[in-house]
Amino acid sequence: MSATETPAPPAVAIMRAEHVTKQFGGLVAVNEVSFDVPQHSIVSLIGPNGAGKTTLFNILTGLYRPTEGRILLGERDITHARPDQITKHGVARTFQNIRLFGAMTAVENVMVGHHARMRAGLFGSIFRPPWVRREERETRERARELLAYVGLREPVFERLAAQLPYGDQRRVEIARALASEPRMLLLDEPTAGMNPQESQALTEFMRAMRDDLKLTILLIEHDMKVVMGVSERVTVLDYGRKIAEGEPAVVRADPAVIEAYLGKQDS
Amino acid sequence: MSELRAQLLEWRAAVTRRLPPWWSRGLAGLLIVFGIILPFLFPSSGGFLNATIIAVAYAVMSLGLNVVVGFAGLLDLGYVAFYALGAYSLGWFGSGFFFKAQVHVGVSPVASTLPGIHLNFVLILIAAALICAGAGAVIGLPTLRLRGDYIAIVTLAFGEIIGVLAVNGQSIHVGSGMTLTAGNLGISAVDSPYFPGIGSFGLLDLRPWYWLIFAVLLIVLFVNLRLRDSRLGRAWVALREDEVAAVSMGIPLVKTKLLAYAIGAAFGGMSGAFFGTYYTVVNAAQFQFGFSIFILAMVIIGGLGSIWGAVVGGLALGYINNYLIPDVLNNIPSKLGFNFQLTAVEFGIFGFLLVIMMVLRPQGLIPERRRQLELTAEIAAADAQLAEVPGIAGGGT
Repeated sequence: MSATETPAPPAVAIMRAEHVTKQFGGLVAVNEVSFDVPQHSIVSLIGPNGAGKTTLFNILTGLYRPTEGRILLGERDITHARPDQITKHGVARTFQNIRLFGAMTAVENVMVGHHARMRAGLFGSIFRPPWVRREERETRERARELLAYVGLREPVFERLAAQLPYGDQRRVEIARALASEPRMLLLDEPTAGMNPQESQALTEFMRAMRDDLKLTILLIEHDMKVVMGVSERVTVLDYGRKIAEGEPAVVRADPAVIEAYLGKQDS
Repeated sequence: MSELRAQLLEWRAAVTRRLPPWWSRGLAGLLIVFGIILPFLFPSSGGFLNATIIAVAYAVMSLGLNVVVGFAGLLDLGYVAFYALGAYSLGWFGSGFFFKAQVHVGVSPVASTLPGIHLNFVLILIAAALICAGAGAVIGLPTLRLRGDYIAIVTLAFGEIIGVLAVNGQSIHVGSGMTLTAGNLGISAVDSPYFPGIGSFGLLDLRPWYWLIFAVLLIVLFVNLRLRDSRLGRAWVALREDEVAAVSMGIPLVKTKLLAYAIGAAFGGMSGAFFGTYYTVVNAAQFQFGFSIFILAMVIIGGLGSIWGAVVGGLALGYINNYLIPDVLNNIPSKLGFNFQLTAVEFGIFGFLLVIMMVLRPQGLIPERRRQLELTAEIAAADAQLAEVPGIAGGGT
């Protein structure tokens, strides 16, 4: 119902999607979606399975090119930027199905996350002048700090990512994303597979991250408790369209949202 | 069996703990010294030294291919192309082949009176590395959008194209009656390496040749080791492990992959240039598809992604191919009453070795730490556990 009357953004938008459409052949996965992510906020993207949430994430991070529309990061148009460029501009993400580099240790995974902020090229890597050594050392130290920050402890640092328990893998993935020194963090179902206590802890951690690291967080989430607890704004997608947007309490009461999740009521 | 293995691992761990932290450096130093004095232990023109030289040159190629296949995970079946280009660099810049040109830089007094382009071998090495790096990047370009088996097919085709180009290059005229290659006739009378103070290398004393290729091996080894533990090395492994995650972490796909192709090709080219001068002829018939597989077998037998494995794999197959089969074991069938020589069935022997290897030790002789762990049951168990978690198995929306 409210797809057309977008409320005015409350703060400066760090990211803005304008009429974004993504077609895969005949399937319109994302249809004319526009939304703003205000600076320093936590915004949730929700919707039933197949609503186009992850597709939208992939468009925002450059993995897909939108068929139509454009994406702005601050003042910069990043519609046609490559994923690595977008990361360099300060957008980091995690994945719904954890995508760590299984054969690398936790620390190495996080060090890869810092890639965009490092300068050593081919000859720097071969000849290793002092500034490269310093860069390597600092990157390693920073990686260990970040792993500690997301709540991991020493013996885990040097273990291979594939050998870590599921919960730890999620944490490493967040640390890896943070290593790219993002302004904006995109989390794709961060609480998938977590029990209620873990979800609660993560909710608090998201707020802490936002405040400690001056982040803006956009997350896809199915757990309504997390969504209602953490978000300042919620955007609802259904069949690729934005069907509602606004404060959590308002969105929760929206008949279109209820219909999308529960089906039409007959009475 | 498993108890025995556990016991062995425990001993190894205990030994590693007791060794001082500099032991690996010390061991490397010892190996280098051994490598330098090795030729004094054997006749200076014997079959063993000849095999050693070829084996070391193979190890250089194996290290190059290991960058592409082992580090970056790009299965390259056309590596012979860089052997060919390296050898032709030698043929072009170190012989009278381009007889209308008169270029002489740092060559022996004899060579500097001859027509053609004659550059010092070090310059040719650099030229071969640069030409092959460029060619490697060009060959890499069309494979950037491909993965796995499809990369293998495209690189295979490029290897064949270079091979056909080498054969038919004698019909490609580059002006003044000169052609691009000499086809199956071969570019002969190539220069021997010459260094002021040492003179030209001769084929009666193989020791200088050995030291030359040993020096190349050390350089290539050094570059490999440095790259493995660097920003670039991590980026390659990350791309190999998960391309989508890697680019999302800020790794530029095109640049990083092309660098892997270029560096791997450059090493192959250096080794190829050495082979050109060592065999004294650059003949198009040398550059067969089978050679690509041969080098790949070295990398795999050594341990995919493992630097020391690539060296050991290259040396092992080099010795088996050039010493063990032709010199040592060749007459065994006739002694047993069969009417053939062992060299006639050498590819059968390699095939057999590969199969045995894959059954007994699929991770290779000196496996990379990562691969070794990947192949253990522990990870399989962890994977099974992961698959049960909701949201892992399926893709997203």
